[in-house]
Amino acid sequence: MAKELTRWTASEMAQAVAAGEVSALEITDAHLERISDVDTDLHAFLHVDADGARAAAQTVDQLRAKGQLPSPLAGVPLALKDVFATEGIPTTCGSKILQGWRPPYDATVTRRLKDAGVVILGKTNMDEFAMGSSTENSAYGPTRNPWDYDRIPGGSSGGSSAAVASYEAPLAIGTDTGGSIRQPAAVTGIVGVKPTYGGVSRFGLVAFSSSLDQGGPFARNVLDAALLHSVIAGKDPRDATSIDAPVPDVVAAAKGEMGDIKGLRVGVVTELQGDGYQPGVLARFEEIVELLKSLGAEIVTVSCPAFEYALPAYYLIAPSECSSNLARFDGMRYGLRAGDDGNNSVEEVMSLTRAEGFGDEVKRRIMLGTYALSAGYYDAFYGQAQKVRTLISRDFERAYREVDVLISPTTPTVAFPIGERVDDPVAMYKADLATLPSSLYGGPALSLPAGLGDADLPVGVQLMAPVQRDDLIYRVAASIETALLDKWGGPLLDQLPLDAAGSVAQGVSHGG
Amino acid sequence: MAEQVPFDEAIERYDPVLGLEVHVELNTASKMFCGCSTAFGAPPNTQVCPTCLGLPGSLPVVNERAVESAMRIGLALNCSIAPWSRFARKNYFYPDMPKDFQTSQYDEPIAFEGYLDVAVPGMDDDKPATVRVAIERAHMEEDTGKSTHVGGSTGRIHGADYSLVDYNRAGVPLIEIVTKPIEVEPHLAPSVAKAYVTELRELIVALGVSDAHMHQGSMRVDANVSLKPRGASTLGTRTETKNVNSMRSVERAVRYEVERQAAVLDVKGKVIQETRHFHESDGSTTSGRSKEEAEDYRYFPEPDLVPVAPSEDTIEALRKELPEPPLQRRQRLREEWGISQHEMQSLLNAGGLEMVEATIALGTDQANARKWWTGELARHANERGVTLAELPVTAEHVARLVELTNDGSLNDKLARQVIDGVMAGEGGPDDVVKARGLAVVSDDGPLLAAIDIALADQPDVAEKIRAGKVQAAGAIVGAVMKATAGQADAARVRELVLERLAP
Repeated sequence: MAKELTRWTASEMAQAVAAGEVSALEITDAHLERISDVDTDLHAFLHVDADGARAAAQTVDQLRAKGQLPSPLAGVPLALKDVFATEGIPTTCGSKILQGWRPPYDATVTRRLKDAGVVILGKTNMDEFAMGSSTENSAYGPTRNPWDYDRIPGGSSGGSSAAVASYEAPLAIGTDTGGSIRQPAAVTGIVGVKPTYGGVSRFGLVAFSSSLDQGGPFARNVLDAALLHSVIAGKDPRDATSIDAPVPDVVAAAKGEMGDIKGLRVGVVTELQGDGYQPGVLARFEEIVELLKSLGAEIVTVSCPAFEYALPAYYLIAPSECSSNLARFDGMRYGLRAGDDGNNSVEEVMSLTRAEGFGDEVKRRIMLGTYALSAGYYDAFYGQAQKVRTLISRDFERAYREVDVLISPTTPTVAFPIGERVDDPVAMYKADLATLPSSLYGGPALSLPAGLGDADLPVGVQLMAPVQRDDLIYRVAASIETALLDKWGGPLLDQLPLDAAGSVAQGVSHGG
Repeated sequence: MAEQVPFDEAIERYDPVLGLEVHVELNTASKMFCGCSTAFGAPPNTQVCPTCLGLPGSLPVVNERAVESAMRIGLALNCSIAPWSRFARKNYFYPDMPKDFQTSQYDEPIAFEGYLDVAVPGMDDDKPATVRVAIERAHMEEDTGKSTHVGGSTGRIHGADYSLVDYNRAGVPLIEIVTKPIEVEPHLAPSVAKAYVTELRELIVALGVSDAHMHQGSMRVDANVSLKPRGASTLGTRTETKNVNSMRSVERAVRYEVERQAAVLDVKGKVIQETRHFHESDGSTTSGRSKEEAEDYRYFPEPDLVPVAPSEDTIEALRKELPEPPLQRRQRLREEWGISQHEMQSLLNAGGLEMVEATIALGTDQANARKWWTGELARHANERGVTLAELPVTAEHVARLVELTNDGSLNDKLARQVIDGVMAGEGGPDDVVKARGLAVVSDDGPLLAAIDIALADQPDVAEKIRAGKVQAAGAIVGAVMKATAGQADAARVRELVLERLAP
């Protein structure tokens, strides 16, 4: 084979399966082998379901033989963030408190993937309950960045981004609450999309912050992301907040069938650059803006003053919701139970369980949120944050009267070294500066590789669009991607030093 | 110090102020936020799913039927229906609450600002006092699971050896109806409390939205009571007596709290703001959890649900379909039928209002309709331990029975035999009459023959009648009735006897 199987795109794999050139089982086995080669050190997976994956692949092969392939991604392997319920398969959310829990049901996303013939290889590592930007908050140890094993792969969906960037899987599912898909995609050099809030069902997605959480795709190119997006999106009667309207045709947009970007108005957000952004990040960003201009887009500078308050608003709303969402982990019905020795009261057992089962960051946010919702503080904190959220949404709406999409760097910096920010929560929170506003607004946003920045590490550019215009970000991203492929002579990931993505020993060369 | 002050003495010095919170379990087929069955009495934890168990990742979806029931209750209580209302989370930890928060409504209830007129009995017989109880709000929420604490002496969680939780009830839709402070003539307070709950229950039953069985817990009452010195304007400290499970208990609990709080206040003591437990055995209340150590529920809008926003058309359509308010209906029927308050009350006690009304609607006069339902049929219902509506006898049967007695085809005695036949499943009145050969003997021939035999048997009686002692004819009539197995018309027999012996 000209190219190793695991390096194919998802669409190439699906087409090869459909054409009978390669079996889904062969593809799955190649990825399982890749995982066993690199994951001991990379640690993208918390649980690999080799038997389940092989069985699913065989089912796809049988269906193909009958000419009944269920979707354009049938037979393609995928890494699923460990925050989605999977029937009979451990689901830990990166937390000790859920160690050993095997859900009796599938999340809607899980179900749709299975129904589409997508082969779920296993569950990926994450910051505990999706709280973090580095995957260092996992109770099961950090995941490494394939570009430099001493650096973080982003978070909270760091296991998913690392799996895709290191060719353990061509596709992955993550969740994005404040940037947890886009930031990991940016720092590992892949594509990551946060769909419009309500676009993808949250049923079975273990909640961190219900009004912000959104599942979405990771892939190594725009079309693959769009194909995955269309498999998981759409109205779900089991999620009251899921949108009851047709899913924007993201696949057509990614294929360029909805037009190029000539005359499209692209807004550069003043507030999402400047201080705090690394020179290499800004340089790559400027190049993308110039590229868009050269492709015929109209560049407009827009100001969104309320974005300055996105971070404090987010760190009141998300912790408030999480303090309530995570109350159910009390040791009574499932997961860890501590102190049940016959001498402790039920309150003491609950308290001991939570003390032992939750990590520091989760406790920090539960306490923040509990405080913010308390009688006498509610208006000053939660109430005020909701007002800011409204102002941010108005800034977006005003901007979208002038432009079609907005653009910014995805993250202020490239991947930082493991351990650098663990004792400085605010520095950690700042990794999401540019991604928080569209989370609070609810519109779709996508991160796309923009080149290498400081320390020769990947930089991402973020595209944002109005609610339910997910097609627009795919359309613009596809145009940029095509131009960059020409310029680079291949995907950015081809610049990932082979030894780093490859065998274990060389994996730590960058940081070492 | 005395633990209680006699009620009549207490209300000389203090004015009671009441607040009633009633939880009504809706009779929807499925739960508030998932598709699980709400049927009562299933084996523990068999009517559960990821959502009502609060499993990680599960989400709620609002039961539209429950929202409709909530709006109907609100409208029937003369409330405004919010064009836009939200659910909120009430956060507190307890093992029988799967999510450790209850999905409820807080500052945006679906129904608010209404009233319910209640009749307070024991006043002037035909003009009961009507008291208007102001309703603060009616809101939707979900029930919790049910804990059973095993071992220990108190039956409560502390001190128990272990606890079992049944989540079948978790997520069953509840409507909480909250009154504004009720201030009435002090001596009426306990009876107003009882009358309010009685009237509310009747309303709920008329709406058909709940079984409202207090003993099964599908209607639960919390009674708030406070006292203030006679004529004072500021409210005193209140206590909340939880889960008072019958109409009579509501009255007793209020009375007890008035007596108890008066004793505390008499010695310049302080009433503690707390929840209290009611004891059926002696009608007393005892201290539960003190509100001072109560949790801050940290309410905030439920982000997993979208707002409930019924259209004006929907609300108006529901309003048009409301049944007549029970109090109004009773007053109307009482006037139409010309019966006393007392007669209406015995009809209500027998649970026969609907049956009588239906029978009258078929053309029967009210006196006969009431006579059969509150007499013979009530006796049958009592014997069988069922309600009148559950008897196999219908309004149509009774209407036909009355027709047959009015036209002389049956007498009362035969009519009762017809009822026995209907009860035994022998068909309708006409079927029973035919099958059992029950008919008043209307042909004079056989009657005259029977009369002659009776006169021959009792010559002394015949002599007395001839002599003008007309009342002696009863003995002959009785003998004839016996001889004809009750199928004769007694009045006709009497006529014939007198004709026969006419001088």
